[in-house]
Amino acid sequence: MDLDSAQLSAILSRIQFAFTVSFHIIFPSITIGLATLIALWEGLWLKTANPLYLQLAKFWIKPFAITFGMGVVSGIVLSYEFGTNFSKFSELTGAVLGPLMAYEVLTAFFLEAGFLGVMLFGWQRVSAKLHFFASCTVAVGTWISAFWIIAANSWMQTPAGYVMVDGKFEVASWLEVIFNPSMPYRLSHMLLASLLTATFVVMATSAWYLRRKQHQAFARKSLSMTLWLALILAPLQAVVGDFHGLNVKEHQPIKLAAMEGIWPEREANVPLLLFAIPDPKNETNHFEVKVPGLASLILTHQWHGELQGLKSVPKEDRPNVPLVFFSFRIMVGLGMLMILIAVAGLWLRWRGTLYQSHWFFTLCSFMAPSGVIAVLAGWYVVEVGRQPWLVHGLVRTMDVVSPLPPERVALSLSLFVITYSLLFGVYLYFFRKLIKKGPPSLDELQQLQIGVKASGYAVSFTKALAADTPVAPTATHSEGKI
Amino acid sequence: MDLALFYFLLLGFAILMYVLLDGFDLGIGILYPWFNSDAEHDHLMRSVAHVWDGNETWLVFGGVILFGAFPAAYALLLSSLYLPIMLMLIGLIFRGVAFEYRFKSTTSKKWWSRAFSLGSTLAAFCQGLMLGALVQGVPANSISQSSLLLLTPFTLLTGVAVVAGYALLACAYLVMKSRGAIQHKAAQRGRALVWVVMLAMAVVSLWTALGSDQIWQRWFGGWHALMLLPLPLLSLMAARLLYRDLGRVRKSHHQARDVVEKHEDRPFWLAVSLFVLAFMGLLVSLFPALLPGQLSYIDAVAPDASLWFMLPGVLIFVPLILSYTLWGYRIFAGKVEDYEQGY
Repeated sequence: MDLDSAQLSAILSRIQFAFTVSFHIIFPSITIGLATLIALWEGLWLKTANPLYLQLAKFWIKPFAITFGMGVVSGIVLSYEFGTNFSKFSELTGAVLGPLMAYEVLTAFFLEAGFLGVMLFGWQRVSAKLHFFASCTVAVGTWISAFWIIAANSWMQTPAGYVMVDGKFEVASWLEVIFNPSMPYRLSHMLLASLLTATFVVMATSAWYLRRKQHQAFARKSLSMTLWLALILAPLQAVVGDFHGLNVKEHQPIKLAAMEGIWPEREANVPLLLFAIPDPKNETNHFEVKVPGLASLILTHQWHGELQGLKSVPKEDRPNVPLVFFSFRIMVGLGMLMILIAVAGLWLRWRGTLYQSHWFFTLCSFMAPSGVIAVLAGWYVVEVGRQPWLVHGLVRTMDVVSPLPPERVALSLSLFVITYSLLFGVYLYFFRKLIKKGPPSLDELQQLQIGVKASGYAVSFTKALAADTPVAPTATHSEGKI
Repeated sequence: MDLALFYFLLLGFAILMYVLLDGFDLGIGILYPWFNSDAEHDHLMRSVAHVWDGNETWLVFGGVILFGAFPAAYALLLSSLYLPIMLMLIGLIFRGVAFEYRFKSTTSKKWWSRAFSLGSTLAAFCQGLMLGALVQGVPANSISQSSLLLLTPFTLLTGVAVVAGYALLACAYLVMKSRGAIQHKAAQRGRALVWVVMLAMAVVSLWTALGSDQIWQRWFGGWHALMLLPLPLLSLMAARLLYRDLGRVRKSHHQARDVVEKHEDRPFWLAVSLFVLAFMGLLVSLFPALLPGQLSYIDAVAPDASLWFMLPGVLIFVPLILSYTLWGYRIFAGKVEDYEQGY
């Protein structure tokens, strides 16, 4: 394939955006759910005074903090990348998407950042209730942030409420823009995905402790809680996902055809492909493993329901079929596995052997990255499935990239690849380190509570100490710090 | 007042807030090499660990206001300044994650100190460079030209000036937030930085005015010079007071006396006012341009529907943000305590 430099530059910009946005989404998927869980534990602690809940909150706040930090720094990049790498797109859609992002910053980013400081560092400076309020605010901030960014993304999938003036998008109705046809489905799907991601990270960690016979009381509590949560969330997610799929069928039939590997222009009695290798060149699938009629049943709720296939549009209007097809199967497969684990957990609990089942702990530990992988795969279905469009049916991705010299984009892309690979390794290293260190002991928490119960007391007490001993910092405190 | 002007001023406000808040916070990183022990580095980082995230959010806010209210400028500006923006982002990434990892590391601590300090300095320098490029005027076809053309003597000077300015803000912040040896050193280095910053400001101002007829006319045409005289005069006064206050703090340490509280807090506000004055000077030179020589805010403004939609958000949330940000700062008011528990 011969590429002129404009095309090369466009492809590099697209790779860079795909890479940086994929890296970014890992962290919010964890923090949206984890912030919610931490707020929940803190609330339960205030209500029941059971120190295990405080232990849970205090323990998970550390992995939360490093994850949140990674999300912040990788997110700033994205808010600038629209302009740097997709300048024409920004100019075309700025009047629609810019205000949505402005609302995200105004109503969510500042809120999260403003209360995160208190949540992380304010244990001894504010009362327990105010601290709980700060944690709740951070959690709510993450949801609000998801609301706006999903609204913006969904508008690109199912644009509504706009008019074209001089070739640019302008808004006719903000309600239609924000609550565009796919937005409610995508938002609930993503929020549930985040909750599930965090649930399985916590579940895997507690199972890992149980397998190693460490922190038993703590680990049992969190394993039990997360299994209940998964039992509700995972099946619910399957239902929401089904509704989402129906919405895709209605508004983005070609994306759906790629997800299901449907080639003929129209096909009735469509089988559900458990496995296949789509072949875009010959417009067919190889090695199909299928359940006859099931796709029709799921998507039209009739055995003989008709679905639109890929051949109904010219080749240049189709997405990368194998990528969408496989990503979809990975997402659904992991979702099914989550349901299976939740049900197995229920069964073991009913038999009374939940905390003796070594094999189950092992299985759960391996589920740690399942949520993140499913989220990534799901987003590939959404984003790759929308191609070749950036705004579905209206703006082609290749037409709106910044006219940058390819070597400049290559340079920034390499910098991001190096930086992010390094940081991802570092993130995993520190995450592991925090997990290995385990939760703070109950004695340690008791000490902390002095400060929590009488805010300001601990600070003035330590201030008085410091006046006697001018150089107090270093060793002892850095121990408490980590 | 028309909406476009309102958003232009809001953008200016967002940039100014960013420069002031992330200024002292990046400045802490820039000052890192001047402090030696791990304990001192811990202290410096702890002084901003609870606010850096909020401070950096102003940068995102500036970006999205530009995107939402002036999409054409967002597109042109960011793609024209591609490399410095990317390098700034990389710098911000490294210094941002250093907050999380430095406190949790043992063997790799010195690397995180380096990442924090180099990242902060790189981000500040790129911001200065972009400021210089804007003042100088970015040529219309710059997107296809070599990025090296952005490196001129003038932009190098503004790059260094911003680094020095942020370092000065950080010194003043440390005088307010620390005691003992750290406060002493901050006061000492701050005094030297006052000279550097004032000199850089003078050269940049003259260079800017001499470089463009239009800007020259803005400052010296008709009665303008007389009306604008308060800007340089107030800057000189602020610098002089700042220099004296830092001197008093230094002297108290020399004589082992208690530092007078007024002299501890005032330098920060004086440094802030220096920045505000410089920013106003910049506004005088560049108004109404968003991309001088190419695009004014009036040319780039978004349709009314977008501006009206954002308006209630801005009017309700900006005051709210300011109040809870202030609340956050008050909770952590006073000196940084090294023995405080983190999270």
